[in-house]
Amino acid sequence: MAFIARRLVGVVPVILGVSIVIFLLIQLAPGDTATALLGPQATEASKEELRRALGLDKALPIQYGVWLGHALTGDFGRSIATQIPVFDLVLPRLVNTLILTFASLLLAVIIGYAIGLFAALRSNSIFDRLAMSVALLAGSAPPFWLGLVLVLLFAIHLRWLPVSGMQDLAGDGGFVDLLLHLILPAITTALGPAAIITRIVRSSLVEALQRPHVRVARAKGLPRAELLQRHVILNALPSIVTITGLQLGYLLGGALLTEVVFAWPGLGSLLYDSINARDLPVIQATTLLIALAFVLANIIVDVINAGLDPRLREA
Amino acid sequence: MTPDAEIALAVSDLRTRFGGDRSGATVVDGVSFSLKRGRTTALVGESGSGKSATALSLLRLIDAPGRIIGGEIRLGGENLLSLDETEMEAVRGAKIGMIFQDPLTSLNPALTIGKQIAEVLLAHKDVSRAEAEARAVELLTHVGVANAALRVNDYPHHFSGGMRQRVLIAMAISCSPQIIIADEPTTALDVTIQAKILRLLHDLQQEMRASLLLITHDLGVVAAMADEVLVMYAGRIVERADVDTLFHAPQHPYTKALLACVTDIGGDRSVPLEPILGTAPDLKQQQVGCRFAPRCPAVQDFCRREDPCLMALSDRQEVACLVVQRERNLMAPADA
Repeated sequence: MAFIARRLVGVVPVILGVSIVIFLLIQLAPGDTATALLGPQATEASKEELRRALGLDKALPIQYGVWLGHALTGDFGRSIATQIPVFDLVLPRLVNTLILTFASLLLAVIIGYAIGLFAALRSNSIFDRLAMSVALLAGSAPPFWLGLVLVLLFAIHLRWLPVSGMQDLAGDGGFVDLLLHLILPAITTALGPAAIITRIVRSSLVEALQRPHVRVARAKGLPRAELLQRHVILNALPSIVTITGLQLGYLLGGALLTEVVFAWPGLGSLLYDSINARDLPVIQATTLLIALAFVLANIIVDVINAGLDPRLREA
Repeated sequence: MTPDAEIALAVSDLRTRFGGDRSGATVVDGVSFSLKRGRTTALVGESGSGKSATALSLLRLIDAPGRIIGGEIRLGGENLLSLDETEMEAVRGAKIGMIFQDPLTSLNPALTIGKQIAEVLLAHKDVSRAEAEARAVELLTHVGVANAALRVNDYPHHFSGGMRQRVLIAMAISCSPQIIIADEPTTALDVTIQAKILRLLHDLQQEMRASLLLITHDLGVVAAMADEVLVMYAGRIVERADVDTLFHAPQHPYTKALLACVTDIGGDRSVPLEPILGTAPDLKQQQVGCRFAPRCPAVQDFCRREDPCLMALSDRQEVACLVVQRERNLMAPADA
């Protein structure tokens, strides 16, 4: 418990740092919000007026303070493009992105853990070599390209699955419709991380199998299943959990790209549209949410690992 | 040593290879010996002589691509080499307990000491988890760990090297095996701790009337602990003798050379230590003749052509040296 509390306190400066970077990143980008909103024909006076209205004329630290203060209460302002409160705009999109991300995570974990385990137990077999080669290929394929290939194959040639057109969860398609729309984007997003997880699971298990205490455990006459669970997998888990947590971050990033390809109504397509529209408040809120998710994933990883390794708990 | 002491384990013509069929080496090459009930047998030799490979072969713990390619290991009427893997699991830890060289890496860092002892009992005995954990406390107390009832909940990194070796000993004896194999149990420990661990092993072996196979390169340990000694060189046993005979009348030139390497505290310092010149043979190469011939001070021409086998000089001593055997007019067996 004390460990979790300490870990949470340590996160505060990280999140503050992230928020500053996000805030500044937009400032550093070329282009002017007022021009983008009003168009190139706008007069200098009207632009000035808009900047005043949006608070863009104040000093940066003040802009940041005001922004952060509001953000803490869940108020990210209104979308410049649509005038809808950013919070209301982002929330349903967040849910959709989480659905896609967790479906992909589940897929990546099932594929990665199963193939990695089998490859490790039969290391240097034909299965192992084949699996590792396929993993290398899959891990190197960019998700947006992979998405397009899958769409061509399964949606356009074979017509088995829908290309896009995913509606909100509240839409009338129901669960089956959601699932059908989920398959291609989830596979697209999951494949790269699944490949990386497979390789890490295999290598950490192969390494764990060679530790001296495994031979001692065999000399104790433990049944094979118990030997694997308690003396091999348990010891390999910290590195596996760590890489899975990291992949959760990449899955989020990958999901953003996939969303654009499959027109999935999530944070990614929202971010894409907002960047095109220079919709500052939406960009900030979306990026901050993604960063928060990343930090959260890392905390979860640390807590799980502390549960697995007694030496970490005491550190 | 009484010759008719009850035999607990008999090994005959054990052959073990490391590595693949072409590139590998036969590291245990036709080793035969027996362990007697209630006795300590020391297996000595320099690094790479096949001592540990012999010990691991007894439990069939040779990792692939290494494997046992021939021989027999008889334990109570069963040949261990003909058992399947599940039957072998019932032998490991229950009938043969093993203690390893490096206590620092021999325990699982993610499990408490108590769990690691209890799991041996749970695997072999019909006990509940609570009974196994209670027994773990007794065992820890028995091997000299203070506050055992509290310490079962500690993890290996809370223990010193010596204490961890005590834990490993507790695990090895938890099912009262008839045979205990200790592979250099004190090599990784401080000298002061070494004596305590050896004393503990000796006391437990006496109390359990178990056979102890003690693998070591330390002749001081042999003198203190062993009833019988097997001297191993390049995958073969070159001399077997009871401990007094070995120290007072060694026959094999290699045994003599090993004894000449030992420092004698308080002895005459003007007598220099005599290292054994040369290096052990590369077992990947085909061996012809006696394997010690290239380093042997008493080598004869026939040593490089003929392969010596172990022959009895008396009921207390066997030696595999052609020179010794010819001096005593021992005839090689007709089929050799």
